[in-house]
Amino acid sequence: MRNAPALCLAATLAGFAPVPAAAEISAERVERLEHMLVQDCGSCHGLVRKGGLGSPLTRDALAHAAPEGLAAIILDGIPGTAMPPWRALLTEAEALWMAHHLLMEPRE
Amino acid sequence: MRRFLATLALSASLLAAPAGAETAPRATGGLGLVIERATGSVLLVDRIAHEVISRIEGLGDLSHASVTFSPDERLAYVFGRDGGLTQVDMLTGAITARVLQGGNAIGGAISDDGALVAVSNYEPGGVRVFDAETLEMVADIPSGGKTVGLVDLPNRRFAWTVWETGTVWLADLSGEVPVITDLGQAGLNPYDAVLSGDGRHYIVGLFGEKGLTLFDMWQDAPEPVRFLSDYGREDAEMPVYKMPHLQGWALTEGQFALPAVGQHALLWVERATLAQAGRTALHGQPIFAVAQPGSPYVWVNFALPHNDTLQVLDSRTHEVVATLTPGAAVLHMEFSPRGHELWVSSRDGNRVFVYDTHSRTVKAELEAQSPSGIFFTARAHRTGL
Repeated sequence: MRNAPALCLAATLAGFAPVPAAAEISAERVERLEHMLVQDCGSCHGLVRKGGLGSPLTRDALAHAAPEGLAAIILDGIPGTAMPPWRALLTEAEALWMAHHLLMEPRE
Repeated sequence: MRRFLATLALSASLLAAPAGAETAPRATGGLGLVIERATGSVLLVDRIAHEVISRIEGLGDLSHASVTFSPDERLAYVFGRDGGLTQVDMLTGAITARVLQGGNAIGGAISDDGALVAVSNYEPGGVRVFDAETLEMVADIPSGGKTVGLVDLPNRRFAWTVWETGTVWLADLSGEVPVITDLGQAGLNPYDAVLSGDGRHYIVGLFGEKGLTLFDMWQDAPEPVRFLSDYGREDAEMPVYKMPHLQGWALTEGQFALPAVGQHALLWVERATLAQAGRTALHGQPIFAVAQPGSPYVWVNFALPHNDTLQVLDSRTHEVVATLTPGAAVLHMEFSPRGHELWVSSRDGNRVFVYDTHSRTVKAELEAQSPSGIFFTARAHRTGL
């Protein structure tokens, strides 16, 4: 059951082009990324993503966001704000996975 | 005769009392709360017995939660990220009052007389002040942005800083009508602030530019004084994955020990001159730097990806004297009031560790769900928390 979201995601992503290399992300790493989203991203964006020092990442807030754009922000941050670049800790595929995860599974 | 009667009465009550803690007299001086950030719960703990007494649930989003206590250590005030302000009875472990006072909050403080609780809000920005007993709102002070570094000052006053505007505000609630004063500009994007335990120095950390700003709150009209003007995030060795916290900062040997933003370093500043007295290279980006009471030592924890580690520094030599690895994602540290023990939360280890600070070894551990902040009731007696 742990892998269900990842499988689900992989299935959905098949409809996107280009397909992020979801298959390259191990189940263990997926679990770690989910944890990171809740806990570490949550430090600024809130555990339920309603925002804090960081912007809200709710369904409404992300209504017009593209996954590639979100992934770029995750990887490179937003200069002049407190959003840091996470490139040293995440691969591009992992950032794209996170972006899709944010868009598909709002925590509200 | 009176004593005899008293003894008799005591024996009778002991005999009549069921075997259970609920009727036994208990003090609150050895109690505390541990935030379980992901589950919206807190653990009521006995720091002397190293035991969890109970889990209190239903406190909302506790991703950046903090706690203050009433002067008699009976009531705890838990400030949640979702704007929840919850009053918890430390004796019964029950929630005695709760309000959703804002949309997004970041912490709070209690007035010196225990009458007023102030909450620092991101959404809507500003500070709201509540009757500590009933949690009815008594003042709503919009401040033009997200508030950080809210502290209590003597005589029912509070100070705070605004992230967007850099303005520092002072609110005096000792009279009929709140008196709100603009103390001036701290600088670009202040991320946190702290008050020295003697109520004198309010220090603001800046994210957006170099330096820190100090206000002498003993002055009738405190003014901003910039110091460490050649230190700042521009010198960052790596991205700032987590903002340092200034609350609980170290003031020892006449020096402030300040976490350097984005650097693997702690800065030592002479309190008397505000000149830098040293810089200690560390294992990672420091988050908290806390002085061990009754000692020259400062304990430091770190931002990810180095957050499984603690380091202990000697304020006399500025050297690292110990490096410890308690567990995954160490978020917070709380000393016993006299410093003989340190409680450490390991969020991803789901444990709270109790260190003997003399031997720096773990003497006890408690299970907890994603623990973050640890707050002992002795905080009730400290200015600025």
